Amino acid sequence: MLKFVAGRLLQGILVLLAIYAVTFFLVAATPGSPFSSERAIRPEILAQIEAFYGYDKPVFERFMTSLGNALSGEFGPSAVYANRSVTDIIAESFPVSLKLGALSLLLAMALGIPAGIIAAVKRNTWLDYVPMSAAMVGICLPTFVMGPMLALVFGIILKLLPVAGWFGPEFWILPAATLGLVYAAYFARLTRGGMLEMLNQDWVRTARAKGVKETTIIWRHCLKGGLMPAVTFLGPALAGIISGSFVVETIFQVPGLGQWFVRGALNRDDFLILGLTVLFATLIVIMNLLVDIVQVALNPRLKYE
Amino acid sequence: MSDISQTATLQGKPQPDPAGPAVAAMLEELEEGSSLWKDAWARLRKNKLALTSLFLFILIVLFCVVGPFLSPYDSQAQDLFVGAEGPSAAHWFGTDTLGRDLLVRVMEGGRISLLVGLVATTVSLMIGVIFGAVAGYMGGRVDAAMMRFVDLLYALPFTIFVILLMVAFGRSLWLMFVAIGCVEWLTMARIVRSGVIGLKKQEFVEAAVSLGYSHTRIILRHLIPNVLGPVIVISTLTVPAVMLLEAFLSFLGLGVQPPFASWGVLINEGQQNMEIFPWLLIFPAFFFALTLFCLNFLGDGLRDALDPKSAKD
Repeated sequence: MLKFVAGRLLQGILVLLAIYAVTFFLVAATPGSPFSSERAIRPEILAQIEAFYGYDKPVFERFMTSLGNALSGEFGPSAVYANRSVTDIIAESFPVSLKLGALSLLLAMALGIPAGIIAAVKRNTWLDYVPMSAAMVGICLPTFVMGPMLALVFGIILKLLPVAGWFGPEFWILPAATLGLVYAAYFARLTRGGMLEMLNQDWVRTARAKGVKETTIIWRHCLKGGLMPAVTFLGPALAGIISGSFVVETIFQVPGLGQWFVRGALNRDDFLILGLTVLFATLIVIMNLLVDIVQVALNPRLKYE
Repeated sequence: MSDISQTATLQGKPQPDPAGPAVAAMLEELEEGSSLWKDAWARLRKNKLALTSLFLFILIVLFCVVGPFLSPYDSQAQDLFVGAEGPSAAHWFGTDTLGRDLLVRVMEGGRISLLVGLVATTVSLMIGVIFGAVAGYMGGRVDAAMMRFVDLLYALPFTIFVILLMVAFGRSLWLMFVAIGCVEWLTMARIVRSGVIGLKKQEFVEAAVSLGYSHTRIILRHLIPNVLGPVIVISTLTVPAVMLLEAFLSFLGLGVQPPFASWGVLINEGQQNMEIFPWLLIFPAFFFALTLFCLNFLGDGLRDALDPKSAKD
């Protein structure tokens, strides 16, 4: 187990380094510079600005410096927002995004997994059809349609919930619901599929023949294996929630990392883009590592594959 | 998957005809009666949901492609005196804040969204099929390395990379099509690979090898045509996925740029004004969601029809 975890950890670190390099050179290869603006700046001043941010040095040297800084947790200054460092921005906005993401993921699992289990157990009854149809709708409706629609219905027509800002629990509901419902649908479908596969196994028939109670069969014999697809999906779900947060934070004016990333991309804020990409990638790599470990813990056979 | 492909090969090959025309006719009938595509069509025809989706999807395509020719309005023509007005007899979907006819804008936006679906899916199809077929055919270490690479890519935040690509290389329409196609091929590669692995041990491949055909020819002429069923299913499901990614980028302002508009752009414009002019959001969102529904249901239906064993519950 230790060897397995160490191997995956090493692999994760390599992936992160590769992502850092690709992102850095992609941003560096972008024509223009983050400092060019509508107003003409005198060349001497521009040169000074570029020197301040290290843009006068050759690309490779810049890469090594920035990598060194990043390893010590310093992602450099924001190229567009003067006097703010990327680390400051992250420190300020990360808690917001973390709360939004955690709420959405919890909502998705809390809704999706039980719905999937019930649908599998009560297959081909309305307890199966109704949630699964709803799940299909959830999968087809993208966040940027779901978000405005929820805002329109609950915020503007019914006037139940605020549609913009981040000032208290009532402000969390719509963004978290928008982000979570789509993934609840995926969790429901995956859990249903996994549970059905388990319930069709021969040993379930044997257990039934022996007179084991149906609840015991579901909870003791099937749940562990049936949840595997949902566990595997946690990695992609986190990646999806991160990219979904770009949209949701824009729609609901949530002051989180997603909004900063979009602004950074639109303004060509090199350091901000790089720092946030690496942060997102780190989160996803950690999540995938956790998923791998949980999977092996649930099913030790996987270790040898 | 492999057994279906097997049936396909058996049927696909002309049978020798030793016993005269009567047997030939019987064989033909038999062949007709059980052809993979006929079976699939019969199964699909029973699936009301998928058929309705197909029909609606064709209507939407016609609406977007032919529609603008029938409309008296130009999607770019602004009428600032009119401004944003609700649906009326003159403007069925109303007008946007610049007084442009929303109906035409939805139709022309649909053209771009559908074009993305087509082009990006083609790109992803080519990469995925070739990558998967080569990995499956080569097997061994090459296969292991190629599939490990796919696993790694699966775990990456791809949307972020498409955004970076858009930032780095300007927001050109064609670049976006290709960039989206380049990230959506992973599932295709996996499916094709597992299909090819199932096929490559079969006699007809052995025969092709012993005839001295090149690897390229075996892959292109003998293996890929036999995994066409699953490839069609995944392609159908890739179309909504790439349209979603395009709309996502356009929504954030990183995708399609004015004067062009896709459904993502229109939904974004609508969302900004939804408190006062809700129809600007409702119409494009409706058409976009409806298209995604149709394609997803159609894809599911095709999977049940072409590949009944792997049908997902």
